Amino acid sequence: MGLFGSFLSKFSRNRASIEDIEEFRKLLIESDLGVGATEEIIDLVKKEKSENLENAVAQRIKSFLSDKPREISLHHGEVTTVLIVGVNGTGKTTSAAKLANFYKTQGKKVLLVAADTFRAAAVDQLVTWGSRIGVDVVKGSDNSDPAAVCFDGASKAKNENYDLLIIDTAGRLHTKSNLMDELSKVRRVIEKVTPVNEILFVLDGTTGQNGIAQAKVFSESVPLTGMIVTKVDGSTKGGIALATERELGVPLKFVGVGENIGDFKEFEPDDYISELFT
Amino acid sequence: MFESLSGKLSGIFGTLRSKGRITESDIDSTVQELRTALLDADVALSVVDAFLERVKDKSLAALPNLKQSTNQSQEIYNIINQELVAILGGAARRIRFAKNPPTVIMLAGLQGSGKTTLAGKLAAFLKADGNTPLLVAADLQRPNAVTQLTVLADSLKIPVFAPEPGNGVGDPVKVAKDALKFANEKLYNLVIIDTAGRLGLDEELMQQAKDIKAAVNPDETLFVVDSMIGQDAVRTANAFQDGVGFDGVVLTKLDGDAKGGAALSIAEVTGKPILFVSNGEKLSDFDYFYPDRMASRILGMGDIQTLAEQAKKAMDGASAKRLEEKFIAGEEFTLEDFLEQLQAMKKMGSMTKLLGMLPGANNAAMKKQIDSLDDKELVRTQAIVQSMTPEERRNPKVLNGSRRARIAKGSGRSVTEVNSLVDRFAAAAKMMKQMRSGGGMPAGLAAGLPKGMGMPAGLPSGISGKATTPKKKSRSGNPAKRAAEEGRS
Repeated sequence: MGLFGSFLSKFSRNRASIEDIEEFRKLLIESDLGVGATEEIIDLVKKEKSENLENAVAQRIKSFLSDKPREISLHHGEVTTVLIVGVNGTGKTTSAAKLANFYKTQGKKVLLVAADTFRAAAVDQLVTWGSRIGVDVVKGSDNSDPAAVCFDGASKAKNENYDLLIIDTAGRLHTKSNLMDELSKVRRVIEKVTPVNEILFVLDGTTGQNGIAQAKVFSESVPLTGMIVTKVDGSTKGGIALATERELGVPLKFVGVGENIGDFKEFEPDDYISELFT
Repeated sequence: MFESLSGKLSGIFGTLRSKGRITESDIDSTVQELRTALLDADVALSVVDAFLERVKDKSLAALPNLKQSTNQSQEIYNIINQELVAILGGAARRIRFAKNPPTVIMLAGLQGSGKTTLAGKLAAFLKADGNTPLLVAADLQRPNAVTQLTVLADSLKIPVFAPEPGNGVGDPVKVAKDALKFANEKLYNLVIIDTAGRLGLDEELMQQAKDIKAAVNPDETLFVVDSMIGQDAVRTANAFQDGVGFDGVVLTKLDGDAKGGAALSIAEVTGKPILFVSNGEKLSDFDYFYPDRMASRILGMGDIQTLAEQAKKAMDGASAKRLEEKFIAGEEFTLEDFLEQLQAMKKMGSMTKLLGMLPGANNAAMKKQIDSLDDKELVRTQAIVQSMTPEERRNPKVLNGSRRARIAKGSGRSVTEVNSLVDRFAAAAKMMKQMRSGGGMPAGLAAGLPKGMGMPAGLPSGISGKATTPKKKSRSGNPAKRAAEEGRS
């Protein structure tokens, strides 16, 4: 965003005028931070002494963030299993491929599982990615049982000593309880073979306040361990990720920042916050 | 969709209604609450402010005349409703067909907004009206978008023009042009072009969309937008409007619980109408967008018109007509008719979705019941009715204890369930009689509701929207709930 800085320095020179505060509120709202977080920050700006303002706002934003670990810890000698979940069209398949590539370039042996057997050609999409980045992909046929594909994938990962198993699941709207049940089943079936270490919720960076509802319902079906926010670029601020983390305490772990396979990075809270102020 | 928003708005109107006389400060506080509700619904800030200013001005202007009005909150409600309809685009618009076929429709939108799925749905929808659509796979960017469209088209038995494999190979502009030629030769009257999704600021892809548009000169360029989009909606819509230009909007994924503020924002900012909505995973979950219905739905009024239309679609013409005649003639509504309606309802889709369209469906208690609803209830109810003799169906009064026990055995349900169905049926038949003057609501719906759900409570009192909802004092089938309702009103 980088826009906080100019505002806050303005506030620190003089007392903020009502217009300035309105303008700042607008900025926060337009970042999809939500009314709750916005008002919290605005209250702070109104109360806090001007010389300390920047620090105070940074601290407050930091307090929105969870203190849970953000990196995926790979255990030596055993497979680490990552389940990718989310609603339709948020970029799960692309994120799965990006994540695979991220660890592949670190020299890890990665296996992808194409368990989105619902959307037409989603399996092919992941297979195409797999061959581009040189990662093996386990797939079922379209409309086959996703849990069965996952079982095959998990068995293969375990037997052939992969370091990382990444499972792409079908997009599902959180309002469809049958699909949410299917997701819990997928997890249970995988756990028959190997524990699921990470369940990453993929959040579209352009999503509005509904993102919180999505993550909440997903976390009721499967324990989310982290989030990936996608489609973050110059214009998209992805404030919904922050709002969701504030609400649910699920740490944001990765950020998808573009269309290329390498446009993917770990989320660094300190960098993020300092970026807001520069 | 709009559900959480309308839930909140119901609350706001509840507060307003509880005041006999409305003052300026009531309007102020209503506007303040509306502001938070709309922002939570992801309506763009600028749109919220403009909207509320108009609502406030009109409400204040109306205030002096309100003094005589018996139902002041109703007047304010009407003002808000009118403003909503105005923003959402006034009267519903249809696809403009070209004078000389083929009519060309181009789809553009952000990545993941659902363009490819929508292309299939739109083609199927328009095919049902007697058109001969051709789907064109011009998204050569996303891995296997071409395959996805081809698979979709095959399942819909709609021809697809996909000369290029995609995955970065091929020139989408050429594909689009060739598709037009192909359509002309093969006499397709409708061409639907799926294009690559883009991030708002991607110059290259935006240019590509522009080039495709210039090459095929579409009759309709539709901007496809995910109803869950946040404050970015305005920026994105503007970027597409400036970059490509579009004639109408399609909202996707409306079956989620997104409050759908994007719909308001985009319609207001671009001035372009929303033409279609897509609201489910099935390829048939697709319909025209109706601003007035959406407005009344946002305001917690339910969507009776859509419901009635779906009922019409599901019931075959003859039996619907016969029922209607019976209804008008004042004949007794029998369990046989009820069975017919049950079967029609099963065709209409899930109960949860249907009931969501009812007035008051968004108040918390009602919503909870809808959520806990089991679609199998319909099957069970049907089993009970089917276990009755024709005589019993025509005249439920003959149902004595031993008959009921037999029915319970025959349908594999308990006697209590049989009893409760018979009771609910009697109540519904009675309601049919009361409704006769108002007309509209398929009575089977009321009777088909599971235990404790009589008719939905919480219809904003005194509001008689455009829908042909009769003003009814609802009586819940559940004694406890009924008592609560009666105590309230």
